[in-house]
Amino acid sequence: MDFAGLINYGVFFLTLAGIYAILSLGLNIQWGYAGMLNIGVGAFFAIGAYASTLASVAPNDAYLGGFSAPVIVGILLAMLLAGGLAFIVGLITLPLRSDYLAIASIGIAEIVRLVLKNEAWLTNGVRGIAGIPKPLTWLTDTIPGLQTQSTWLMFVVVLVALGIVFWASDRAYRSPWGRVLRAVREDEPATLAAGKNVIGFRLQAFVLGAMVMGLAGALYAHFVGFISPEAFQPEFATFIVWVMLIAGGSGNTRGAIAGAFVIWGIWSGTELLTNRLPPVWLTRASPLRLLLIGLLLQVILLMRPEGILPERPPRPSAAKRSSKRIQKE
Amino acid sequence: MLDFLQLVIYGIVLGCILSLGAIGVSLTFGILRFANFAHGDLMTVGAYLGFVLIQQMALPFWISLPIACLLTAGVAIVVDYLVFRRLRRRPPVILLISSFGIALILRSLIQLIWGSDQLVYRQGIQKPWQFAGLSLKPDQLVIIVGAILLVAALHFFLQNTRIGKAMRAMADNVDLAKVTGINTDRVVLWTWVLGAVMACAAGSFLGLDTQLLPTMGWRVLLPIFAAAILGGIGSPYGAIAGGLVIGLASELSTLVISPAYKSAVAFAILVVMLIFKPTGLLGSQ
Repeated sequence: MDFAGLINYGVFFLTLAGIYAILSLGLNIQWGYAGMLNIGVGAFFAIGAYASTLASVAPNDAYLGGFSAPVIVGILLAMLLAGGLAFIVGLITLPLRSDYLAIASIGIAEIVRLVLKNEAWLTNGVRGIAGIPKPLTWLTDTIPGLQTQSTWLMFVVVLVALGIVFWASDRAYRSPWGRVLRAVREDEPATLAAGKNVIGFRLQAFVLGAMVMGLAGALYAHFVGFISPEAFQPEFATFIVWVMLIAGGSGNTRGAIAGAFVIWGIWSGTELLTNRLPPVWLTRASPLRLLLIGLLLQVILLMRPEGILPERPPRPSAAKRSSKRIQKE
Repeated sequence: MLDFLQLVIYGIVLGCILSLGAIGVSLTFGILRFANFAHGDLMTVGAYLGFVLIQQMALPFWISLPIACLLTAGVAIVVDYLVFRRLRRRPPVILLISSFGIALILRSLIQLIWGSDQLVYRQGIQKPWQFAGLSLKPDQLVIIVGAILLVAALHFFLQNTRIGKAMRAMADNVDLAKVTGINTDRVVLWTWVLGAVMACAAGSFLGLDTQLLPTMGWRVLLPIFAAAILGGIGSPYGAIAGGLVIGLASELSTLVISPAYKSAVAFAILVVMLIFKPTGLLGSQ
């Protein structure tokens, strides 16, 4: 591979890792902040991808739409639909034990998978949808020469989105709102006794997390340019995100991002490894890689459950002020 | 009417398979307090172990099944020893996440060893029996009779043996059970053995009824959870009723909706239960 090829691969790798980091941040809001088990991350990811795709592709006869809407409209629609689905699911399951949410969320993932596969009028079924436009086409059309740099442009778009989500969720974590979520996670009866609307807070976090996942799905669709139900299998769309968050450190926004990049690096690294396998083994490369990631999760859970960057809740402001006073004196 | 009765027969067959799976989920939930997401893939392991015994060692199904069940129990005990036992002091949700990973590990191992293509226990098509326009394959009768025998054995075990009584006590109240001197480690061990035996039987019956696929267990995990919740999660007797209801509802639904959405029916029932009676039909709490 020559130097330019290496750079291209690097940008491709970082863009995908960035999209996974957004997914991981979305799950962090649900699991890391509020302790809600969502085993159907792939469903919200897929809803986002399909919503933005159908809104922005050119009109056609095979499936719904093609509304040629600007990409930003598609992205907003993706977040809206993913959040709407989460609202309905949350309304039903969040008053119950966390196990019920986990079970209901695999149900959601299953239904979404069935609809994507069987409702060809809506999603073009297993054939998938190609020709998904890149973002900022008005910019590349006006500035000559930018057209050839579309991979870089996509990378910048993903980085900006990641930056916004990171900034917002980090702020939210340190806000009183985040503090209530942590309280709900740690001791629900006490939070209830303190007069907080526990289910309301949970629902907000669940919907927000799902919206972030929808955003990641939309970015994924516009980055890859082609989507089909295959891309949203639970192994790649849900499981790996969980490993990323647990490895990085659930509850820690920096950890969620670090975990996404590290695990995506390991995942891509194992591909280089399995490519060296003898040809008879090549068909089994994918289960071998998944096996390694599955083992990695167990090792992390057993050895370092707090992750690479453990959660560090901010100290209460009163304590901060008094410690400053002590330092001054 | 004939179509309806035929679907009832298929529904009972499917219901038997789901009931056996749901018993295992319900037992582990009752004793260990977590929803075991690896249970579906434990079924797959059992089904594939049976495949080895039948195809490679040319054993008949009724001999291979108990051997495969014991081997599956061994797998469950090893997984518990290596992973779950070490996580038991943590919040139960950590066990749930871990079991999600175990599910993937088991599935990848099966794909590595046996490949991703579908396999069958026996080549060729079985000629069904015909009664008054209704048909029933001999294999399906094996499934129904096998499930009834297993449930009867489980009932005897839970009601009459010391360890069975200890299991019911622990499912009712862990702390009280400990105070009365019940050896919880032994109860946990037996929970895995019983759950795995039921899982292996469910997986093997599913393989007998359809075919073997690495994803077969994962695909039925949702209806199994739905059955367990419908019957009141933690109650093995409720799980049997829940499994039959889900099985019948899934098959009968094909009268009105596309068969592609059969598994969505289980989810619909699950959602209705969660809204109106999350403790299940036979749940007490």
